[in-house]
Amino acid sequence: MWSGAPSMSTNNLSYNEQGGGAEPAVELGQESTPTASGSTAAAGLFSTDFKKNEDLKEMLESNKESLKLEAMKRIVGLIAKGKNASELFPAVVKNVASKNIELKKLVYVYLVRYAEEQQDLALLSISTFQRALKDPNQLIRASALRVLSSIRVPIIVPIMMLAIKEAATDLSPYVRKTAAHAIQKLYSLDPEQKEHLIEVIDKLLKDKSTLVAGSVVMAFEEVCPDRIDLIHKNYRKLCNLLVDVEEWGQVVIITMLTRYARTQFLSPWREVGCLGQVCSKAFYDSDVEKEKADSKPYMMDPDHRLLLRNTKPLLQSRNTAVSVLAQQGHSAAESRNALCTRTRTHLTERHQEVQYIVLQNIATMSIQRKGMFEPFLKSFYVRSTDATHIKTLKLEILTNLATEANISTILREFQTYVKSQDKQFAATTIQAIGRCATNISEITDTCLNGLVLLLSNRDETVVAECVVVIKKLLQTQPSQHSDIIKHMAKLLDNITVPMARASILWLIGEYCERVPKIAPDVLRKVAKSFTSEEDIVKLQTLNLAAKLYLTNSKQTKLLTQYILNLGKYDQNYDIRDRTRFLRQLIVPNEKSGALSKYAKRILLASKPAPVLESAFKDRDRFQLGTLSHTLNAKASGYLELSDWPTVAPDQSVRNVEVMEPQSLERQPSTRGSDLFAYHLLVLLCSDSDDAKEKKRPKPKLDSVSSHSKASSSSDNTASSGSESEEDTDSDSEPEQKKKKKLSSKPQVRQILSFALNCGCKMCLCVTAFQVSSPVFVPPKSHELLHRMSGKGLAVSYHFPRQPCAYSHRMVSVQLTLTNGRDQPLEDICVGEAGPPGIAIHRFATIERLQPEASITVSMGIDFNDSTQAANFQLCTKTDQFSVSIQPAVGELLMPVTMTEQDFLKEQGQLTGMNESSVTITIAPDSMSSQPVGRKVVSVANMGVVPSSQNSIHRFAAKTVSSGSLVLSSVVLQEASTAKLVVNTEKTVLGSVLLRELKTALSQG
Amino acid sequence: MIHSLFLVSTAGHIFLEKHWKSVISRSVCDYLFEAQGKASAPENVPPVIATPHHYLISVYRDRIFFVAVIQTEVPPLFVIEFLHRVAETFQDYFGECSEASIKDNVVIVYELLEEMLDNGFPLATEANILKEMIKPPTILRSVVNTITGSSNVGGTLPTGQLSNIPWRRTGVKYTNNEAYFDVVEEIDAILDKSGTVVFAEIQGVIDACVKLSGMPDLTLSFVNPRLLDDVSFHPCVRFKRWEAERVLSFIPPDGNFRLMSYHVNAQNLVAIPVYVKQNVSFFETGSSGRLDITVGPKQTMGKTIEDVVITVHMPKVVLNANLTTNQGTSTYDPVTKVLVWDIGKLNQQKVPNLKGSLSLQSGAPRPDENPTLNIDLRIQQLAISGLKVNRLNMFGEKYKPFKGVKYVTKAGNAGPQREQRSTFFCWNLFE
Repeated sequence: MWSGAPSMSTNNLSYNEQGGGAEPAVELGQESTPTASGSTAAAGLFSTDFKKNEDLKEMLESNKESLKLEAMKRIVGLIAKGKNASELFPAVVKNVASKNIELKKLVYVYLVRYAEEQQDLALLSISTFQRALKDPNQLIRASALRVLSSIRVPIIVPIMMLAIKEAATDLSPYVRKTAAHAIQKLYSLDPEQKEHLIEVIDKLLKDKSTLVAGSVVMAFEEVCPDRIDLIHKNYRKLCNLLVDVEEWGQVVIITMLTRYARTQFLSPWREVGCLGQVCSKAFYDSDVEKEKADSKPYMMDPDHRLLLRNTKPLLQSRNTAVSVLAQQGHSAAESRNALCTRTRTHLTERHQEVQYIVLQNIATMSIQRKGMFEPFLKSFYVRSTDATHIKTLKLEILTNLATEANISTILREFQTYVKSQDKQFAATTIQAIGRCATNISEITDTCLNGLVLLLSNRDETVVAECVVVIKKLLQTQPSQHSDIIKHMAKLLDNITVPMARASILWLIGEYCERVPKIAPDVLRKVAKSFTSEEDIVKLQTLNLAAKLYLTNSKQTKLLTQYILNLGKYDQNYDIRDRTRFLRQLIVPNEKSGALSKYAKRILLASKPAPVLESAFKDRDRFQLGTLSHTLNAKASGYLELSDWPTVAPDQSVRNVEVMEPQSLERQPSTRGSDLFAYHLLVLLCSDSDDAKEKKRPKPKLDSVSSHSKASSSSDNTASSGSESEEDTDSDSEPEQKKKKKLSSKPQVRQILSFALNCGCKMCLCVTAFQVSSPVFVPPKSHELLHRMSGKGLAVSYHFPRQPCAYSHRMVSVQLTLTNGRDQPLEDICVGEAGPPGIAIHRFATIERLQPEASITVSMGIDFNDSTQAANFQLCTKTDQFSVSIQPAVGELLMPVTMTEQDFLKEQGQLTGMNESSVTITIAPDSMSSQPVGRKVVSVANMGVVPSSQNSIHRFAAKTVSSGSLVLSSVVLQEASTAKLVVNTEKTVLGSVLLRELKTALSQG
Repeated sequence: MIHSLFLVSTAGHIFLEKHWKSVISRSVCDYLFEAQGKASAPENVPPVIATPHHYLISVYRDRIFFVAVIQTEVPPLFVIEFLHRVAETFQDYFGECSEASIKDNVVIVYELLEEMLDNGFPLATEANILKEMIKPPTILRSVVNTITGSSNVGGTLPTGQLSNIPWRRTGVKYTNNEAYFDVVEEIDAILDKSGTVVFAEIQGVIDACVKLSGMPDLTLSFVNPRLLDDVSFHPCVRFKRWEAERVLSFIPPDGNFRLMSYHVNAQNLVAIPVYVKQNVSFFETGSSGRLDITVGPKQTMGKTIEDVVITVHMPKVVLNANLTTNQGTSTYDPVTKVLVWDIGKLNQQKVPNLKGSLSLQSGAPRPDENPTLNIDLRIQQLAISGLKVNRLNMFGEKYKPFKGVKYVTKAGNAGPQREQRSTFFCWNLFE
């Protein structure tokens, strides 16, 4: 049954999409091997006799680690129980520098708990953390930062700030993640640091590691949720990273992006709002993109679509928080389809707490969109084992879903619930029946009859609830039902539930003219028991008395006066107050004012029937799935979803410059001339009469020149007074636009070339394409130094295909050094390097490498877009070895993402000299898309361009050093042949790449 | 996010507290106790409680309330999922998640919580990573640790933490490489008194136990994947491939994990494998009643139905039951009013029957509703939905693993689930 199968793989952008034998892409900072913790004698094993707190101090001060550890464990036990252990602070804090990792961690736990109470003593430990922040072990650096930032001592705020800034640029993504957490801690400790912290957040938002993304977005949400302008540049990156971020991060990112989408994109549902049900029905079957594209003139912003596409896989997450929020993303876009619904339905089957939240969401949604959940009606049937709050929610949903078509099914189900042994639940069901009855007029009579039958139920809660509901129902159509009122009047003798008694009294009072014989008798009965009634019954008794006095004063005058007298001396002031009011109103005397003339009209005015509404009616003012929604009250820190903008804000703000900020700082002159070029462009364009195009470069300018706020750029757009045009062409990429303009207007081209000559090295058209994360391929390791020739030192290297941290022009290379000698190697570093065109960023000197140990370090090399080898010397304390790294041409590239149209456009410009092509015979198994993609990507670090044809595969990249575009396409033809084309300005590089691709593809 | 965590026993004893930000007094739990007082059972305590300054989000599991204290807006599901993850981690570490085991291992619990959250935001929740940082306690290790002074706490950052495959640790080595998959399906059905199906659906999970060296890349395919109509995956499953090819492609975590859970909406498809005839009546005069239940196999596709247990929740007025049966044993608990009839295996020849008289509280009114029946049963070697695993392929490693389906028998851990009016089904089927 089980057997091996031919190779399988896909070739795409992330783990989630890649196949093949993969090893984890471990991003390592510089790290040394762990030091073994000091071992001490076995003193603690048999010492069970000291179990008193007094000796804890003694143990902590002893010099045996095991004793200290034992003491700390007991102290942590005390903390966990909530006992006070603060008097041990001085003794504990001394151990903060312990070498034993477990002891150290326990001391950290203690410190974080008590530092706030003992600030002065806590300061003693700070220097230890500062030292640990420089530790080569990333775990130690991270935990030092964690503790340092958790100690809530205001005096160390500057130290924390410094530590955070430093950690934010750490090589280890784990440490950077910790820094993101520390930002929130510092902010809660000292909100005045906000501005500085925002700077760090801005920096961390640019981070490409999936590890950091969730945490920094969390920090963003907490510190500066209104600074949406910080997101623009990172929006697409965050969308693309989303699938690979850990589940908790996904929750936070989706929440934030949903909010972002609300402010930046037009409502996808705008048109459909008026078309209504017909249109939405069609959506349930089609998938998200299709429905967007086909069914209406509205064109979805490609970035919005990107978000939807990337949240789609998350619907299938095992983590319901992720899954529900992913639906949120979708439902916020109002592209609710069957998929969402089904997942929701499915969710009702997990832990009951989860069910509770999900059912609440459904309850809110079911008011607006019955159709969505109707097919799953039966999933909301109540089970006798459900918890009370779940039963109530299910009833709520069933009631919301009730329509004329399904009401008979629902009512039959309700009948079963009414018989339930859980009487409270039965009562809730009766309320639900009442709501159905008012909402669907066809069944009002049926329900009423059913409820009247229930009045003879043995259980009082049920009967009482029936009375209350019947009262409400009768109010809607009082004319025909005097016999029901009579029946209820009889009930008054037996029923004791106050609410029901009050309801009966109110009914009789309100319709006393229909039951003229019974009403005075009822009044007589309650007058007898007046003093022992509940307040609510007393109030209704007074009401009844007053109404009867007005209609039938002959029979009831004395009774009324008796009751009013009782009410006058009641303990409850509400009742006394009501008595006084009614007496003045109804009993005519010399002092009575003008009002008593109108007493009848006041008391016997026809009252509007109550509208029975869902408790979830107005819950949709809160975002689904939030705490506020659950509580139906605004929780602190709740961020409202704004309405969709009516005019799309400028989309170009999300375009990402390839230029890194630090490189901008390093090359002020370049930047200046760049700016100059833009200014000229803007000027020229505004001179030209093409109004549509003139505003395009403007936001671009903003984003480059000042990283200005989104609002300002969108203001620009809006003020330019051509919103309609803006809308119509909103789907086309702004950079395309610019390109078009560049090619069509000779003046502009002149300016551009001028700008380029001024020293702007960046190719303008390239700048707009975003560098994407590399496709993961198993790293190929190359030998740099054999252990025989390296006198025991063996070195291998590979290209991790990560953007280099040192400079954007460098290729990052990871070296793995292994000591094969039996003595430690000391002071390993990079010596002289050459040739002159190649710049090398050296790794930090390794002070000591133990025998048999190995270490991985990373360095950056600027190969200057050539395949020339980088030669350098590797020095140890005693020896020097000349080594060289020969880069494969494919490693000199960075993948970029672009659309098919962009690709074709760019390719059209890189013809002639810049194009090299060859026809090859390829192995038969490569004829499908995945092997081709995989082979190309394994040879060259290129990004896959989505292709509309199955037989054409396109790949795009830019060179690391100069940023020139490199495009490659493989056109599969018949009979196992294919045409391979490479387009690039770097012709030498192009031909080498062509050769390598050819070899790879024809190998089969 | 999560400000503090309190673990509270059903008796209202707070036996563990942990704070990630400033300390919050444990008196905040009083609001929970208040809610607990109002609720008839611990399960009925609402999961979200608002207090004047905080919000309490709690999860009730294994007779423990996990109470998270929140101060600002946060998706409640986020907290609930996390609390369940904490409980699962304890279960994984200590074999059981109970007040006693948590108290015994309070230091490890604290160390775990420290690693799982930073500033209230989850840091590491994957079992494989946590186990590298903090080793689970074993008797042997605790003795060794005491003697050598070494500790349970790792000194370096687990590599998985940095990779985009955080669920798997590197350097896994086994001498026997094996991968087992259990397909477990449960039917939920509500039947009415006459035996008509009111509602039926199938919930399934695939639990895996994968012990493979290195970095294997597995592909699991089904004969009939179209059957699955709603699925949720472990993060390791590549969604794109599922979407395109309907195969599960994944680099598995090391050890036990739930690969996927699925749902088959099978209103018409589900053949209820047993029938139940029941007749419970209470006499108008005299405080007594009669009970007569018969169970028999219906469509079983040639498999034997095992572990049949029928549970009846009697009305409160039923004082005692005097019942005889021709198969299995029956017990009636007069305190909880639950009648349990443990039948065991069903066979074609003999039809199990339970009958006898019920004695009611004298003078009390006759109960007006029929009690509901819950039926629990199990069929081995059959997935009722018809789902079949086709093959498992491994890439990325050279050795030949032992792969297959291990037949495990577990009780329906979801507890009694469905019933209605008269009859109710819940069972596990294994392949």
